[in-house]
Amino acid sequence: MSENKKQPYGDPITYPFWEAAAQHRLLVQHCPRCGAYQFYPRPFCLACGADKVDWAEAKGEARIYSMTTVRVQISPDFNPPYIAAVVELDEGPRMLGNITGGSPKIGDRVKLAWRERADAPPLPVWTLKEG
Amino acid sequence: MNDWVKNPVYIVGVAETPLGEVYDHTEQSMVGVAALEALAEAGMTMKDVDGIMVNYMGEEGSVQVGEYLGIRNPRWADSTDFGGAAFELHVHHAMLAIAEKRCDVVMLAYASRQRSLRGRTMASAARQVNVTSQFESPYGLPFPIGYYAMIAARHMHQYGTTSEQLAEIAVAARKWAQMNPKAWRREPLTIEEVLKSRMVCDPLHTLDCCLVTDGGGVAILTNKEHARNAAKKPIRVIGAGESQTHWHIPQMPDMTVSSAAVSGREAFAMAGIKPSDVDFIEPYDSFTITVLMALEDLGFCKKGEGGAFVQNGRLAPGGSLPAMTMGGGLSYNHPGALGLLLLVEAVRQLRGEAGPRQVPNAKIGVAHGVGGVMSTSGTVVMTNE
Repeated sequence: MSENKKQPYGDPITYPFWEAAAQHRLLVQHCPRCGAYQFYPRPFCLACGADKVDWAEAKGEARIYSMTTVRVQISPDFNPPYIAAVVELDEGPRMLGNITGGSPKIGDRVKLAWRERADAPPLPVWTLKEG
Repeated sequence: MNDWVKNPVYIVGVAETPLGEVYDHTEQSMVGVAALEALAEAGMTMKDVDGIMVNYMGEEGSVQVGEYLGIRNPRWADSTDFGGAAFELHVHHAMLAIAEKRCDVVMLAYASRQRSLRGRTMASAARQVNVTSQFESPYGLPFPIGYYAMIAARHMHQYGTTSEQLAEIAVAARKWAQMNPKAWRREPLTIEEVLKSRMVCDPLHTLDCCLVTDGGGVAILTNKEHARNAAKKPIRVIGAGESQTHWHIPQMPDMTVSSAAVSGREAFAMAGIKPSDVDFIEPYDSFTITVLMALEDLGFCKKGEGGAFVQNGRLAPGGSLPAMTMGGGLSYNHPGALGLLLLVEAVRQLRGEAGPRQVPNAKIGVAHGVGGVMSTSGTVVMTNE
């Protein structure tokens, strides 16, 4: 309450990720030296060891690598059943997410959506891609 | 010749702490009781111990437990947290330390009252801003079952593994538990009952999951000279290995391959054995899928064939690969970290003192720990020869 200064969300390595998320843009890291993409953010390239990586906006398309339907309540913030999944971005990296709508299964194509949050920037989540 | 061949290392004492639901002890006093029992088997007292290795029980576990037990000025101390596989990692490290004569007598210790203290939560820790709090916790994946569920789902997708095959593992554990008076669950269990039990995170049912109990154990390792006074047959450690793949599940390179592929390769190479030489195995059965993946990654069957391998009671009493012979984490006890109790049971089997559940003519046994979300592995090969 004592300070009006707005604290950026995240940590010093992820501030740009969450600033972009506020504008519904999903950023991953891209290595200018070897071309590899990576997520979560680090200050170096996992693939080639380069000490500088760029940010790149992901296309927002992915495939479900694995998933589970959660049927147990772990906290008041979650209302089962819901689907948690590891998705593989078309750019390569994998990330955790939720999938909403339809009857998804492993291997299905999904597209990016955003979940608005009261106390944090929008969260990337996924919906089944039609057709 | 390698030091561990020239200077062999033995497990000379093992003990369980009080198990199940424990109200008349603290975690440290549980370790105290087990330590005395294990030392008696070793023909030793606390004063002989010059190495102490503890997982959990405080970030400085070896220091806190060492003080409680009165182990002063040890030459070797280690509180490495490697999840449930820590104790197999500790055996690996103790083996090398003893062979190198950095210490003579190492105590491994662990106890938890996670059941009676109701300390278990499935929400992943998110108190500080880190990778977990930003990129995992917001998705509500229950820890650890949701993670293992995704691993099982991927294995099913890739290899056609079925829920019935996973259920066979829980049924095998229960059959062993029925022969162990210390087991928490001993009533008969069928594949159908596993499949009908409540689904927690697809495809894992309640009965695909380990118990939540109190418990722990102590093991004493030493060299040949100090093994002379042991009251029971010393069991020789002939191989050990450890590895890890990931902490956050999307970072696991292949969700169907665990770090057991490395820890097993290392342990079996050190021991100079093949999986077919193994008479029984104590695999970490936090979940049924944990066992199935370990059997594949350790080389007992090919990748993807674990489902068929465990069918028809292969792991059960009378099967060709006895596994979880005390009833495992699925039916005996699972005090948060099972790894030390795997060592205790393997030693008892190799001494021939497992009573009705004794594996006949057991000469080579394996304890295989798994920690985190299928993140870490520790494999230990032991023999009574």
